[in-house]
Amino acid sequence: MNEYVGTQGLILNEPLLWERGRKGRTGFSLPTRDVDPVALDAAIAGEGPDFPDLSEVEIVRHYTRLSQWNYGVDSGMYPLGSCTMKYNPKTNERQASLPGFAGSHPLVPSELCQGALQLIYELEHDLAHISGLEAASVQPAAGAQGEMTGMLIFAAYHRHRGQTRSKILIPDTAHGTNPASAALCGFKSVPLETGPEGVLTPEAVAAVMDEDTAGLMVTNPNTLGLFETHIRQIADIVHTKGGLIYGDGANLNAVMGIVDFSRAGIDVLHINLHKTFSTPHGGGGPGAGPVCVSRELAPFLPTPRVVKDARGYRLTEEFPLSIGKLNAFYGNFGILVRAYSFIRSLGNQLKDASQHAVLNANYIKEKLKDRYHLPFDKPCMHECVFTDRHLEPYKVTTLDLAKRLIDYGFHPPTIYFPLVVPGAIMIEPTESESRENIDQFITTMRAIAEEARTSPELLTSAPRKTKVRRLDETAAARKPCLRG
Amino acid sequence: MKEISERKQIMRYLPHTSEDIANMLTAVGVKDLDELFATIPEDCRRSTPLDLPTLTEWELNAHMEKLAAQTVSWNTHTIFAGAGSYHHFIPEAARYVLSRSEFATAYTPYQPEMSQGTLQGIFEYQTLVCRLLGMEIANASLYDGASALAEALLMAIRIGRAKKKTVAVSTLVNPYYRKVLETYFQSTGFKVETLPYLPDGSTDLAAIDAIDDLAGVAIQSPNFFGGIEDLAAAGQVIHDRGAVFITAFSEPLAYGLVKSPGRQDADIVCGEGQSLGLAQSFGGPGLGIFAAKQKYLRNLPGRLVGQTTDTDGRRGFVLTLSTREQHIRREKATSNICSNQSLCAMAAGIYMAALGGSGFRELAALNRDKTEYLKGALRAAGLELPFARPTFNEFVVKFPADFDAQWQKLLAEKKILCGIPLVCYYPELADHYLLCVTETKSREDLDRLVEEVKP
Repeated sequence: MNEYVGTQGLILNEPLLWERGRKGRTGFSLPTRDVDPVALDAAIAGEGPDFPDLSEVEIVRHYTRLSQWNYGVDSGMYPLGSCTMKYNPKTNERQASLPGFAGSHPLVPSELCQGALQLIYELEHDLAHISGLEAASVQPAAGAQGEMTGMLIFAAYHRHRGQTRSKILIPDTAHGTNPASAALCGFKSVPLETGPEGVLTPEAVAAVMDEDTAGLMVTNPNTLGLFETHIRQIADIVHTKGGLIYGDGANLNAVMGIVDFSRAGIDVLHINLHKTFSTPHGGGGPGAGPVCVSRELAPFLPTPRVVKDARGYRLTEEFPLSIGKLNAFYGNFGILVRAYSFIRSLGNQLKDASQHAVLNANYIKEKLKDRYHLPFDKPCMHECVFTDRHLEPYKVTTLDLAKRLIDYGFHPPTIYFPLVVPGAIMIEPTESESRENIDQFITTMRAIAEEARTSPELLTSAPRKTKVRRLDETAAARKPCLRG
Repeated sequence: MKEISERKQIMRYLPHTSEDIANMLTAVGVKDLDELFATIPEDCRRSTPLDLPTLTEWELNAHMEKLAAQTVSWNTHTIFAGAGSYHHFIPEAARYVLSRSEFATAYTPYQPEMSQGTLQGIFEYQTLVCRLLGMEIANASLYDGASALAEALLMAIRIGRAKKKTVAVSTLVNPYYRKVLETYFQSTGFKVETLPYLPDGSTDLAAIDAIDDLAGVAIQSPNFFGGIEDLAAAGQVIHDRGAVFITAFSEPLAYGLVKSPGRQDADIVCGEGQSLGLAQSFGGPGLGIFAAKQKYLRNLPGRLVGQTTDTDGRRGFVLTLSTREQHIRREKATSNICSNQSLCAMAAGIYMAALGGSGFRELAALNRDKTEYLKGALRAAGLELPFARPTFNEFVVKFPADFDAQWQKLLAEKKILCGIPLVCYYPELADHYLLCVTETKSREDLDRLVEEVKP
């Protein structure tokens, strides 16, 4: 294969919805009116929304054209570090749309929703089993809500022991959601500096851990793609002072079937189902952020919980120490069905998935490290982090590289994150990519490094093959136009 | 044959052959897959392997069909229940375009040049939400109606620069939303007061005079009893106290017919968008809709899509004003939210576009007219409808004292779910049930229900 993936087809223009249509059209088959109209009190009546009227054909073309300006993991490689854009199996979609799942009302009595409750129950058990922890709740709607759940559990645990603790330790490599979630739960975050090897040191933790600190939030494997090798020792330091360890499981995809988070000293772990368990990310959600906890923290999990007894499965609120409810109902159930389907489809081969993901990341790291600056040259987990240092002499940045990758038909990696690595290029291939795809990505990355030297304008003027070229983000923020 | 039967089942999502793996291991310079994990200390490893069942695609289908069949749905039962989850018809065209994998399998639009579909779609969603609610700005979505309410009340406290530390919420706000609110507020140090309801089934605002320190007040309309609140009057009382006026909703279809919250001076409008083209799906994923007055823009939680131009001057869309958000502001962010319910917002946008202004209004009217028909028929049958407030597609019925057994029997034998018992949420309302009617119920369904429950 000597052709690059990126090419240009015919890109169709499409105006905004309200620039189309004509009053009197509709894209909806209105149900038969079999009752008489009843007048509404004028004091209450409104005039109805000013939506455009479009026919079904116009609706279908509008959204089909919009979709063609997008790029999904079904389109091609999406090596977005820490976001784990793996393949989203199609059978998962089928299962979620089964009438008994998609068409079910959340408030029917437990006897009449045994299938849905069984699925939640088994998924919680499977996630606990995979993490090595004792119990799980699938209620949190996304990773950030999982973090909030974890922080509320920390607060509730300390309160239950008659203590109020005000601080949380958070490494400088953490996702921004970590300090934001801690703040939402009343904690002040204390930043921890990453050690010279790209991982936390027990000394750094020991220096700040005290009895006013509720615990530590740690992403493991971390956002540099490295396993926190001192985690056990760090956990001991925190536990000795009465604190707890929160594991951000955003990167669980690297270690399924390998790491036991309980043995590693983790007390609470959240998991992003849209990362590790293949649920589609939908252009920004819905996700799901289940939390797994140790035996000691299980009583604090959100309610209602699904329990099983001789009569079957039922929902119960009978957990007096619970932090309470997180969602109107039981979380993003449709997403849970997809994750459950993925776990049932792979079974113990979840471990193979992790192994392949890690192999792919290490392979890319080895094949690119002579061309791109690698700040931590050591074996990585699911992702590897380069920088734009070698591009600097040509006045080319990480952003330019990312935009050039688009022209070649790849979604760019995560860029400028983690914040501790200036000009970071964070590549996570996942287990879904074949060796040929990965080789082509490597060839492309090397070609771009060469272009940076010989014709940097190809990078700085990229992308050229997309519907629009670089967009003026400064103007968007200075004079916000948020609706038409 | 022997060779085939002994072959390990190849997992179809994992493309590597053993030859690929061997070659790649050599390139990396390790001898086997296990060596890739050498940095993980022994004391962090599993002591036992994973022990999970594996199903083929066909076995999975059978297993899931069995589970799904053990959960009732509108396909198997006639359900007269809403309470925050509503059965509405979803046009096939809307479902079909939403399932385009370019929408479904994309990540957050961090690279706008290759995400214009999502970005324009969300910009259109924000616009249609503003038009529906009569508001100036709307965000790209929050998780659901419950978390949107919690975020709205936290925003009210931010607007008051955290000097005022109490918020008040009507008891007629969906009880599940109020529970979630308690969860969100439990470690903040801020206080939540509740406001009682009046005999007509609307909120009693008199109690807010006794609350010092009032940052914001939330009223739901249509409220949990289905009643349409007098938001304009409520807004005046709340604004006179110098508090932020928040309105919530769980049934946005109502605004096809009744006056929008924006027309009644709401500062923040938040609620659940499931009605707008999302399957009920056992309660989730839903859609947290969030809108506000322009002057509160910098305090808004969640993502925003804005219009701009590219280097050639063409119109395009980007995520904007992210200096409010966690990935920039970290602990000082307006919310911790990252992933939202983007695809659900797309679904709502598509649904609103498919109905159009005329269709949306007609559908809303049909929902209310069918509801009024059932209300009239139940009254005529001698049942009491205790609350006098006008309603949209939900209302409360007081049944005779022994109705619970009949309710169970109807469900078991006739496959009719005759509303939700309110006593679980309002202990004083024994024998009161919350019923819901949408366009999915025919007059025949309604007549049949009356026949079954008339005293």
